[in-house]
Amino acid sequence: MKYKKKLWTVILLLVIWVGIYFNLEKLSALINDISGLSSIKEGYARSIEFFIFEVPKVILLLTLIVFLMGIVRSYFSPEKTRALLEKKSLFLGNVLASVLGIFTPFCSCSAVPLFIGFVEAGIPLGVTLSFLISAPMINEVALVLLFGLFGWKTAAIYISTGLLIAIFSGYIIGKLKLEKFVEPWVYEIKSGKRENEEEKITFGDRIDSGYIAVKDIVSKVWIYIIIGVGVGSFAHGYVPEDFMAGLMGKSAWWSVPVSVLIGIPLYSNAAGIIPIVQVLLEKGASLGTALAFMMSVIGLSLPEAVILKKVLKLPMIFIFFGIVGLGIIIVGYIFNLIY
Amino acid sequence: MVEIKVLGTGCARCNELEKLCYNVAAENNIDADIKKVSDLKEIMSYGIMQTPGLVINGKVKISGKLPTSSTLLNWMKEN
Repeated sequence: MKYKKKLWTVILLLVIWVGIYFNLEKLSALINDISGLSSIKEGYARSIEFFIFEVPKVILLLTLIVFLMGIVRSYFSPEKTRALLEKKSLFLGNVLASVLGIFTPFCSCSAVPLFIGFVEAGIPLGVTLSFLISAPMINEVALVLLFGLFGWKTAAIYISTGLLIAIFSGYIIGKLKLEKFVEPWVYEIKSGKRENEEEKITFGDRIDSGYIAVKDIVSKVWIYIIIGVGVGSFAHGYVPEDFMAGLMGKSAWWSVPVSVLIGIPLYSNAAGIIPIVQVLLEKGASLGTALAFMMSVIGLSLPEAVILKKVLKLPMIFIFFGIVGLGIIIVGYIFNLIY
Repeated sequence: MVEIKVLGTGCARCNELEKLCYNVAAENNIDADIKKVSDLKEIMSYGIMQTPGLVINGKVKISGKLPTSSTLLNWMKEN
């Protein structure tokens, strides 16, 4: 029984995971004692201790979430999402598209075929854009890192504000009736119907997609985590506490829009940007400003604009980035007010 | 002869898939005509929404993912 074996392997791995994760503190304390690190009073010893505990914690969390997301995503596909979005009313369509954007497998290199596929099926422009905003901006790697480094509240804020921005930006664009800014050839395309639609997928195959996701993502981002946490633990001891306060603190009212503007040309994956956000926060940047910066870097990117330029005319790209950017700025201000 | 089209506009995985096709065909002495399709209109005519797409003898076999080489070999032999 191949399938049973797979299932037991997963259960065994989960047990090992839980065992390590919930004993990390003890394990790292043990390492610190044996290596004599805990007896050193200097600041660098604290930095190393922080690093030894934080890196395995974040990588463990990431592996688990990416694995589970790989399984969950195998239940979704752009084709199914499209079918769900057909004939939905405007606002409901935006909500559904934004939520599905989290779960549907998406790569920005497929943004154009996906856009055409949606529009051609009669899904309104605004609903399609809600999907295209949510899919890259709400990212499981970012979620895990925020959860691991800042706690569940920050992670929840990130998801809910990301959803709100995707829903309302798409809704507003839908209301503005901007169809004239879509390249006309998009509407002329007659895409063929695919035949062999649903192949049979067993739960064993879904477990495999979990492993593939872990292999794909973790193998790409582990180095960013090590560098990021490394920079973070160094800054921990050596950069003055209020270093960023003047530039990105609450008192600087202009810091939110400036952070968003700076974030657009910067292009990084979530794993690379979050450790930077961590340093910014630790050194006096306010939460709203740091979150706005992060969302702008991962949600709005020049490469994506270039890709979308194939199907959208220039004014539309500006409106798209303008509205999403404005949404991020509003979220940034609200968080600076609350916290 | 097996007619293979790799649909994609130049993403990393599209190139990987093209390479995989060449390798599998060469290793198994399969007479294959492998073409890369990067024209969007032609890509869309196959009804896929994720790249890379793989078309073997006119039929879409997979999109958005890479097949394993054994699956790919089976598809090539089917025809």
